[in-house]
Amino acid sequence: MTLDTFPKYLLANAERIGARPAMRHKDYGIWQSWTWAEQRDEVRSFALGLRALGLKHGERIAIIGSNRPRLYWAQTAAQSLGAVPVPVYADAVAEELAYVLNHAEVRFAVVQDQEQVDKIRSFAKDIPLLTNIIFDEARGLRDYDRQGLYGFADIQARGNALIAADRTIAQRWEDEVKAASGEDISVMLYTSGTTGRSKGVMLMAKAAVRAASDTVAFDGLNENDGMLAYLPLAWVGDHYMNYAQGYVSGFCTNCPESAETVAQDLREIGPTYYFAPPRVFENLLTSVTIRMDDASWIKRKIFDHFIGVARKHGEAILEGRPVPLTGRLAYALGDLLVYGPLKNVLGLSNIRVSYTAGEAIGEELFSFFRSLGINLKQLYGQTEAFLYVTCQKNGAVRSDAVGPPAPNVDIKISDAGEVLFRSPGMFSGYFKQDEKTAEVLTDDGYVRTGDAGFIEADGQLRIIDRAKDVGKLRSGELFAPKYIENVLKFYPNIKEAVAFGDGRDFVGVFLNIDLQAVGNWAERNNIAYASYQELAGHPDVYKMMAKHVDETNRRLADEPIMAGMQVKRFLVLHKELDADDGELTRTLKVRRSFVAERYQPLIEALYDGSAEKTVETEVTYEDGRKGRIRATVKVEDAKVYPAVKADAREAAA
Amino acid sequence: MNAHSGVEIIAAPDDGIAPGDKLMEVKNVSLRFGGVKAITDISFDVRKGEIRAIIGPNGAGKTSMLNVINGFYTPQEGTIVFRGVERRAMKPHHAVRQGIARTFQNVALFKGMSTLDNIMAGRSVHMNKNLFWQMLWHGPALREEIEHREKVEEIIDFLEIQHIRRTPVGRLPYGLQKRVELGRALAMEPSLLLLDEPMAGMNLEEKEDMSRFIVEVNQQRGTTIALIEHDMGVVMDLSDRVVVLDYGKKIADGVPDEVKSNQQVIDAYLGVAH
Repeated sequence: MTLDTFPKYLLANAERIGARPAMRHKDYGIWQSWTWAEQRDEVRSFALGLRALGLKHGERIAIIGSNRPRLYWAQTAAQSLGAVPVPVYADAVAEELAYVLNHAEVRFAVVQDQEQVDKIRSFAKDIPLLTNIIFDEARGLRDYDRQGLYGFADIQARGNALIAADRTIAQRWEDEVKAASGEDISVMLYTSGTTGRSKGVMLMAKAAVRAASDTVAFDGLNENDGMLAYLPLAWVGDHYMNYAQGYVSGFCTNCPESAETVAQDLREIGPTYYFAPPRVFENLLTSVTIRMDDASWIKRKIFDHFIGVARKHGEAILEGRPVPLTGRLAYALGDLLVYGPLKNVLGLSNIRVSYTAGEAIGEELFSFFRSLGINLKQLYGQTEAFLYVTCQKNGAVRSDAVGPPAPNVDIKISDAGEVLFRSPGMFSGYFKQDEKTAEVLTDDGYVRTGDAGFIEADGQLRIIDRAKDVGKLRSGELFAPKYIENVLKFYPNIKEAVAFGDGRDFVGVFLNIDLQAVGNWAERNNIAYASYQELAGHPDVYKMMAKHVDETNRRLADEPIMAGMQVKRFLVLHKELDADDGELTRTLKVRRSFVAERYQPLIEALYDGSAEKTVETEVTYEDGRKGRIRATVKVEDAKVYPAVKADAREAAA
Repeated sequence: MNAHSGVEIIAAPDDGIAPGDKLMEVKNVSLRFGGVKAITDISFDVRKGEIRAIIGPNGAGKTSMLNVINGFYTPQEGTIVFRGVERRAMKPHHAVRQGIARTFQNVALFKGMSTLDNIMAGRSVHMNKNLFWQMLWHGPALREEIEHREKVEEIIDFLEIQHIRRTPVGRLPYGLQKRVELGRALAMEPSLLLLDEPMAGMNLEEKEDMSRFIVEVNQQRGTTIALIEHDMGVVMDLSDRVVVLDYGKKIADGVPDEVKSNQQVIDAYLGVAH
């Protein structure tokens, strides 16, 4: 049997490492675990139950909920029947959910709980095909109409009853799995929809397996590794790491108790393999900083001293570069007193390999974690590639680039500066959208990423911005909004930034304060505030922001091609950008054009020289009701620095 | 292999009373403090499986009524029949033994103890290994502890407070403290749960959460609930039947719709010009 589907790996792992844990889930305060052999049995009984319910080869089945063993099993069970799992973002509002379910033409959905059942039923008339809902948690569903509603365990019981009635059924199921074709579609992942409606990305089984095997070999992952599954099931990264790599390498996937307990669960599990977007690392650092600010002076002194030592020698030690003996001794002492305990608190003690991706990561932030001895690296990828396009090798890591092409991946830069790739894990097309598929494929079989970038001298890819966002100022100078925003966002006090400037005279930005960091600072400085809005508009907060903008301009002035994009005017937004208001995507990326349209009067104020502007904005509360908030927002000027004489850094944007 | 998800949690103990029959009956109860009449000749009943609300304006005698039911006050006149046993005077710990648990208007938790320990304290009524074994914390006492811990974990899961399992309750916001207090009362596996203003001082979202938990306790576990509440909206949505008190007297008793349209109730709540 060629291992070219995930159900085949399930059978192989149950043979090879049947007694090793495949899955853990913290439930009722205890880590419940399932071995590979047990996982095979769970998947088998669910698969047979699903078939009895009518799921057929080639059909699609939606999976909606947070990271739960049963939802992962449901995906394998579907695949074992030749059906295609379609994981959907669990926090999508009912309307978005209905769009995806309808577009994917699902007849079946496996969902976590009442919340998802409610969402589906509230849009039932828009999804006429979806007639079978299977739920994991029964809570709250007692009095629901049971028509087309089944418990996960009930479906498994059906499967078990079939096996009990006819012993050969189990064997026949295994034979079918072994005979299945790697050419079948393995999974369909919907893109998060940064630009317009989300598209269903179809991934072929053997391509997905190939991509996962390449990177499992690259990082030497095996059945002794473990990972915490806490990112959305529908996101390519979770499906790639916790599902695909998990099956291929046989490592254990750990599901947290709830979204609020992730930090504690991480600490208890102590994974060896870890992924987090820069945002998470940022929050970790912010919380460490805040807690150290509250510590006694002696602890603070010790912390500051050894963090200094780590900054000096930590990365060199991690990469095996030469370090003087005194440095090594100081670092060893620091490890005993500070780094070890700190990593333990963060749950990062056992990390062998960890990645960050999705957004640019600040140099300070990146090297902070690396200097503690955590092997943090960057990768670059997208759903269409089944995640990996580039990834950094151990020892060849930098914060401003995302690494050389991953194994067996080809990269080239188009004449327009767009990054193109061709890889074994490449998608087979968008579901029911052939014209869109044709748009992103080049004639020679490369995929357009939509990102502008260039390849550095050491072979690492550097991403500047989304290709379509890169523009020019009226003076003709380059304008890459993401680049400016990232520099600004590296300040812990700034949560989000949106830059404008394409076709205009200069660059203006909107800033969002980080309530946790700025709130803490306000408390420390006896600044009273009653609301987010009041804090955001406080004169002292403006002063703080002005300082950050000033420093940003200095940094931009240092890089010849970026010097023209210095920020001339800025304002601090009176409300936090929010996915519920459509300002961010579900993966929390800014929807630039939407924000521009919504805050049109504020953009005018940036460019017409006015000192303040009164605006009224509609907001959506958590329960879906709408309200309006009014605010007067101040606009301030910032100093612009002359560009540093170009000692000619390579520019290729 | 032992996922509990979806399993129905602990049901109320079987006390031989069929759902819909009288679980408790208050008969002509009067309570005086010196010359002050807190409660005057009040009678009503609580049927098994229902949510029964006791409402009324400030000083109407609601909390006094609750205190009489769980044995904290002894009424001068009248009796209370609980699970078929008639009684007048009783100590609160006897009430607990008989299956009555309560929460308080002002949270009464052990502030320095964790959420887990607070709820565990609610199990003490069901622990029967003697002090000797408990001090050794070995053998039967340890087994007993594990058994009880499982029940407590079910409650923690039910109330969605996993993330504060180890947090000292004194550090928790008020809304969560109220939830922990409910957890402790549930840990006693009561046949009658008394809630004294479970939603006082909460914001809208906390109220919605709490209402959901109360309904779920009632429906999933079949626990009979008697609650005092100020918030009329909440009461009318939640309860099956409502008793209205005013100046220590019963002025109305019935299903929410009846009570809402009762002129005396409207007068008591809105006031009348005299």
